[in-house]
Amino acid sequence: MKNKYSIFSLIKNAFSNHENWQRAWRDPEPKKEYDAVIVGGGGHGLATAYYLAKKHNLTKIAVVEKGWIGGGNTGRNTTIIRSNYLWDASAGLYDHALKIWEGLSQELNYNVMFSQRGVMNLAHNLQDVRDLKRRTHANRLNGIDAVWLETDEVKKFCPIINTSQDIRYPVLGGTLQKRAGTARHDAVAWGYARGADEMGVDIIQNCEVKGIKRNGDSVEGLETTKGFIKTKKIGVVAAGHSSVIANMAGLKLPLESKPLQALVSEPVKPIIDTVVMSNAVHAYVSQSDKGELVIGAGTDSYVSYTQKGSFNIVEETLKAILELYPIFSRMKMLRQWGGIVDICPDASPIISKTSIKGLYFNCGWGTGGFKATPGSGDLFAHTIANDEPHKLNAAFNINRFVSGDLVDEHGAAAVAH
Amino acid sequence: MFLINCPYCGERDQSEFVSGGEAHIARPKQPTELNDDQWAEYLFMRKNIKGIQFERWNHAHGCRKWFNVARDTSNDKIEKIYKMGEQPPKL
Repeated sequence: MKNKYSIFSLIKNAFSNHENWQRAWRDPEPKKEYDAVIVGGGGHGLATAYYLAKKHNLTKIAVVEKGWIGGGNTGRNTTIIRSNYLWDASAGLYDHALKIWEGLSQELNYNVMFSQRGVMNLAHNLQDVRDLKRRTHANRLNGIDAVWLETDEVKKFCPIINTSQDIRYPVLGGTLQKRAGTARHDAVAWGYARGADEMGVDIIQNCEVKGIKRNGDSVEGLETTKGFIKTKKIGVVAAGHSSVIANMAGLKLPLESKPLQALVSEPVKPIIDTVVMSNAVHAYVSQSDKGELVIGAGTDSYVSYTQKGSFNIVEETLKAILELYPIFSRMKMLRQWGGIVDICPDASPIISKTSIKGLYFNCGWGTGGFKATPGSGDLFAHTIANDEPHKLNAAFNINRFVSGDLVDEHGAAAVAH
Repeated sequence: MFLINCPYCGERDQSEFVSGGEAHIARPKQPTELNDDQWAEYLFMRKNIKGIQFERWNHAHGCRKWFNVARDTSNDKIEKIYKMGEQPPKL
């Protein structure tokens, strides 16, 4: 049983110099056999294991992670959470996640620092205005809070934006989702890991999958760097490396893995209390609780697994940031990094069974997976436990690329992919 | 971030080029005879290799010509550059 985190436990541990905190999760060696094994210990994978144990009464579950938990895209994204997607299927999926976010800290007894500071998407040309207004209407029909803001309202909501109509890409308005916001990415992975561990899930780090053993059309287990693990159900949540794992099982996925970059500035006093995204110039910015500006850039155009990305992409983003926020002109950037994002042709994820019995994939989240972490885990757990999708992820099956029933969120999702 | 040795212009920064994705995906000769699975394979399914991948590049801000590149996607090192229509090299 885990000790409950509270103000009292904080005070109590202060007396022993915070040296006697209970371990948040164990460090077990893999058992010979599990009911289900999740490949990938990021937010989505850990959430999947958590909901499998919590809602579906599976007891023998393992998460295998080749590095350390939360060390991939979970620790590399810009932590933006929103659900203002155009199509009904996407709105259902992302708003399901947003609703779980709203009670997640309480549920996990772990402060994920979810902050509903609002997300604003800017329009810079007439087509942007039409698209964003259309999306606002679509959102409201789906019960998602979204409003259209005229230029003066944008300025009022975020006073540091340059709304001069003389700049190269003038602000012609924007949309605002007030329930949207940010969360602390590491805390999400750690909170789910702690919760899953408490229910008996084995989280096995430094354990790389080397092969998937098949018996005809069903899976038998995993070859890993810590030996063979027998299991009848494998849920793969490997983000940028999904195609690599799929290849081990003889499957091909409609994915391309590309570097996506982000950067943070030196910490400053509070200056921007919301998240502002701009589709046309592809720059988005928010401020972390430490005071750093968190800036997201675009993807490179080529396939790469290097977690680096090109300098010209960062340069373009910073040019746009400086035009929109002249106040940042003297700020210094502290760190820059890249993550490998797996992008589907329709920029929507895959949460699906496959042609191989017992093999499930949760991938293709592209540039925007963090926001969906709780919902993705919940729905993927449902899919694995019942061998059938939940109605919210039925549209996100892998077969849509054969049937042609795509969920095209390219551009429509408020960010260019 | 790397340099690409364009077979027509010489070595230039990668930002001058546009990636055309996986190479050697042949356009179907008899499109009307393809079933849905074959269309999905042609249109959407990609090898997305971690390691040496054969891909097409276009020198968009230069000669605007297309060519093929064999590149290791795990470290962005270019192994071989060859022209359109040529077979992929054995590496």
